[in-house]
Amino acid sequence: MSTIAMGHAGTEAAPAEKKGLWSWITTVDHKRIGILYGVTAFIFFLLGGLEALLIRWQLGAPDKTFLSPEAYNQLFTMHGTTMIFLGVMPLSAMFFNYFIPLQIGARDVAFPRLNAYSYWVFLFGGLVLNASFLFNAAPDMGWFAYANLTSKQFSPGLNVDFWIIGLQILGIASLAAAVNFFVTILNLRAPGMKMMRMPMFVWMSLITQVLLLLAFPIITVALVLLMLDRNFGTHFFVPSGGGDPVLWQHLFWLFGHPEVYILILPAFGVVSEILPVFSRKPLFGYAAMVFSGCFIAFLGFGVWSHHMFSTGLGPMADTVFSLGTMLIAIPTGVKIFNWIGTVWGGSIQYKTPMYFALGFVAMFIIGGLSGVMHASPPADLQQTDSYFIVAHFHYVLFGGSIFALTAGAYYWFPKMTGRMLSEGLGKVHFWLMFIGFNLTFAPMHILGLNGMPRRVYTYSAGMGFEFWNAIETAGSLILGFSFLVFIVNILKSLKSGEVATADPWHGATLEWSIPSPPQEWNFAVEPTVDGRDPLWELRRANGGTLPEPARVSGKGIHLPSPSYWPIVTAFGTAMTLVGFLMHVTLWVILAGLAITMIGIFSWAFEPADH
Amino acid sequence: MALRLPSLRRAARWVPALCITLAMLALAGCSTDGYPQTTLAPKADFAELLDQVFRRSFQLATIVFFLVEGALVWALFRFRGKPGDAEPEQNHGNTMLEVVWTAIPAVILVFIAVPTIQVIFKTAETPTDNPLVIEVTGHQWWWEFRYPEYNLVTAGDMHVPTGRTVDLRMTTGDVVHSFWTPQLAGKRDVFPGRDNRLWFKTETPGTYPGQCAEFCGTQHARMAFQVIAQDPDAFDAWRGGMAEVGAPADSGGSAPSPLVAQGQQLFATKACVGCHVVTAVGAPTMVGPNLAGIGTRSTIASGWLPNTDENLARWLKNPQEVKVGVLMPNLGLTDEEITALVAYLRSLSVVPAPGAVAMTAAGN
Repeated sequence: MSTIAMGHAGTEAAPAEKKGLWSWITTVDHKRIGILYGVTAFIFFLLGGLEALLIRWQLGAPDKTFLSPEAYNQLFTMHGTTMIFLGVMPLSAMFFNYFIPLQIGARDVAFPRLNAYSYWVFLFGGLVLNASFLFNAAPDMGWFAYANLTSKQFSPGLNVDFWIIGLQILGIASLAAAVNFFVTILNLRAPGMKMMRMPMFVWMSLITQVLLLLAFPIITVALVLLMLDRNFGTHFFVPSGGGDPVLWQHLFWLFGHPEVYILILPAFGVVSEILPVFSRKPLFGYAAMVFSGCFIAFLGFGVWSHHMFSTGLGPMADTVFSLGTMLIAIPTGVKIFNWIGTVWGGSIQYKTPMYFALGFVAMFIIGGLSGVMHASPPADLQQTDSYFIVAHFHYVLFGGSIFALTAGAYYWFPKMTGRMLSEGLGKVHFWLMFIGFNLTFAPMHILGLNGMPRRVYTYSAGMGFEFWNAIETAGSLILGFSFLVFIVNILKSLKSGEVATADPWHGATLEWSIPSPPQEWNFAVEPTVDGRDPLWELRRANGGTLPEPARVSGKGIHLPSPSYWPIVTAFGTAMTLVGFLMHVTLWVILAGLAITMIGIFSWAFEPADH
Repeated sequence: MALRLPSLRRAARWVPALCITLAMLALAGCSTDGYPQTTLAPKADFAELLDQVFRRSFQLATIVFFLVEGALVWALFRFRGKPGDAEPEQNHGNTMLEVVWTAIPAVILVFIAVPTIQVIFKTAETPTDNPLVIEVTGHQWWWEFRYPEYNLVTAGDMHVPTGRTVDLRMTTGDVVHSFWTPQLAGKRDVFPGRDNRLWFKTETPGTYPGQCAEFCGTQHARMAFQVIAQDPDAFDAWRGGMAEVGAPADSGGSAPSPLVAQGQQLFATKACVGCHVVTAVGAPTMVGPNLAGIGTRSTIASGWLPNTDENLARWLKNPQEVKVGVLMPNLGLTDEEITALVAYLRSLSVVPAPGAVAMTAAGN
């Protein structure tokens, strides 16, 4: 029998909430850090979306001169880099931050100040990357930065350097956060929450952290080598000195393929939370969902060369990487079938989060199927680097990740803010996004198969590409508009939305047992768990309803104190790396190191309460 | 706010109309007419092999798509919750079912994997049927084609004979590019210091557009080329003509007009010769494309601009304005000089002109 305290730890008035900018800068509360991640990532996401709209406008008709080739190349590079590292990953991090502790019944993450540090490093990394626009030197060689185009000879500007330094800073943020969530999930679960009782979102988050821990060191090393090549005279990727541009491709995709799963596994987790709640029945095949997630992650490290079939790896390598890639279709298929199995026989509650979660399943199927097609090297030799691939990964990362993360936003918004989002606007948002998305990306399949290459700033009239490109551009405007509806919905709701109860959706997991928004200490009394759907079990035992948990005073609950040392240390870290932007700027590096050191020492010896 | 929306049931009325529209769009999408660069209408053996595998996987994917999306959509209507519904049965899974739907995709994949592996090995073979070797070199942003058998070099237009396998040996002069003529073969990347291979044999004369498929810098979008497949007689005539181009007048050619002679003079004195060669036989690789036969080449600026006098003049006036980022600088030529140079370049023609054959079969 699960025990979850329904607010009898005292009924005095809660202490005044901490307010003001300073409280946000010094916060170590995982919920506030989650909100910081969410707001920051959403702004970057909108920036990446704006870049996409400019790209689409340029491609709306043949031979357009709306953007110069240089501007276009910067925009498509920054669009990809932004959406991956500053959009989808930190939006996932918002949910990791806010909901991993709540779902496992913990008071905070394992290392609250490290958590704050991760956020600030992420913010500075995103700012450094985008500062390149101010110097008219935004990265312009694609988010994959293939050598030897990235060598000083062919890319003499600072564009590549901004990309290297920006990504190195962001990598530190990701690694620190991954350590934190990994330890949190393994060590801070509520009594009774065995591994096989964890909510599926926590499971998928755990697997994602493992991927981050294993994949990010690879790109870190690759970026160091690239930096050495560019600024310190080495030749890791430069053939004239005995280096090999193909080595870069191996290193990049050895990171880059797991990265794809870093982007999609949290989405799997979010959807696996939402489908059961709005079908009113448990997740179908829990164990299969866990193991298929592990299997996908494991295989994800062994298939990188399917990004490289056109490099001419030889028939044996092509065969092995092809079969490995096809194998991934099996656990992915299991997941899709289990999601349908979850809905099957349920009593589907058509609320906005469910719309987006179902949209995810429907779109992800398409992305999965096109993925199987180019798992086959012969087919891929025609499809790779064409718009067919652009269609494929947008079905996976937009139709997949973004639909799922939006579902998560609608699902958890009431918990995070204490307000409901408007269902009406939510459904308008969904249909605009669904239609706009498909108009934008479905025709790309046709264009790719009919020979339109990717990463081209324009195309000639007479190639047959005009019609579908015009449709896509129109679709992208609808897609962009759908996010305006979302923003209006959020702002309206924050101002005058319906007040959310603790459990507006009849959720199954622990976060719904505490008030919306949760109090700073999350759980006044540590919950105990003896099933996979603790709140459902409690509700059933309680005759179908649960009392609204009261807000409590939290007297005597120890919480980590706020600290400004994480932001100081993060600033020092970013500054140190920025010192390598233009070869070696010694004073910047030394000052950055000094700030970092002061930050770490002060952090370590900071009194617990002050 | 109380925004009233059409219910699912009312929306369902539009499903048939929507399906018909989508089906019509899909059919429109299936047509390859008007797509000269399509992958779906292979015209050579290599592309044919790739297409077979694609068609197999596309058919299977289509079946799976309709079954799985159908099951999903059916469930969405069938299991729609109504107010007052009892709690649905709380089942946690079904081992038998889960085993079955793990096995079925595995079986489907076998049907894709087998032809995949067959074609991987088939396309990796080195042609042995007396192929015509062509050395392909990618440059920012143009393609160079060298025919060791005939000691010829050209750029932009790759002439090949029909009925004979073409064996491409490919590399790059600068960064990574990817050689792609969708109707003839798949992509193959080119790397500095590497010799990558690709081959194809076409029986259909025609002009097959291709373009660079690996991002290679500012003008990646304008790095196109054409493969001009000609029957063996026309091909031999072309290479014979190429051998004559640019030969000095005293070695048998007719005396040039004064304008052409002026252009030739300018070509020699205005830095053009620093980067370009106007003869094809035994010519070295230079910074700029070989110009033998430029007079009858189908396009300039790498398969982009039609090779008209106006476009040539525009290019000479200021290449950076036409195609920003190219290596060719603005030479500060006067209009008079440009006219002479255009006349000279036009005189660098292959006789007989290959255009008559080249332009007919595009895109069919």
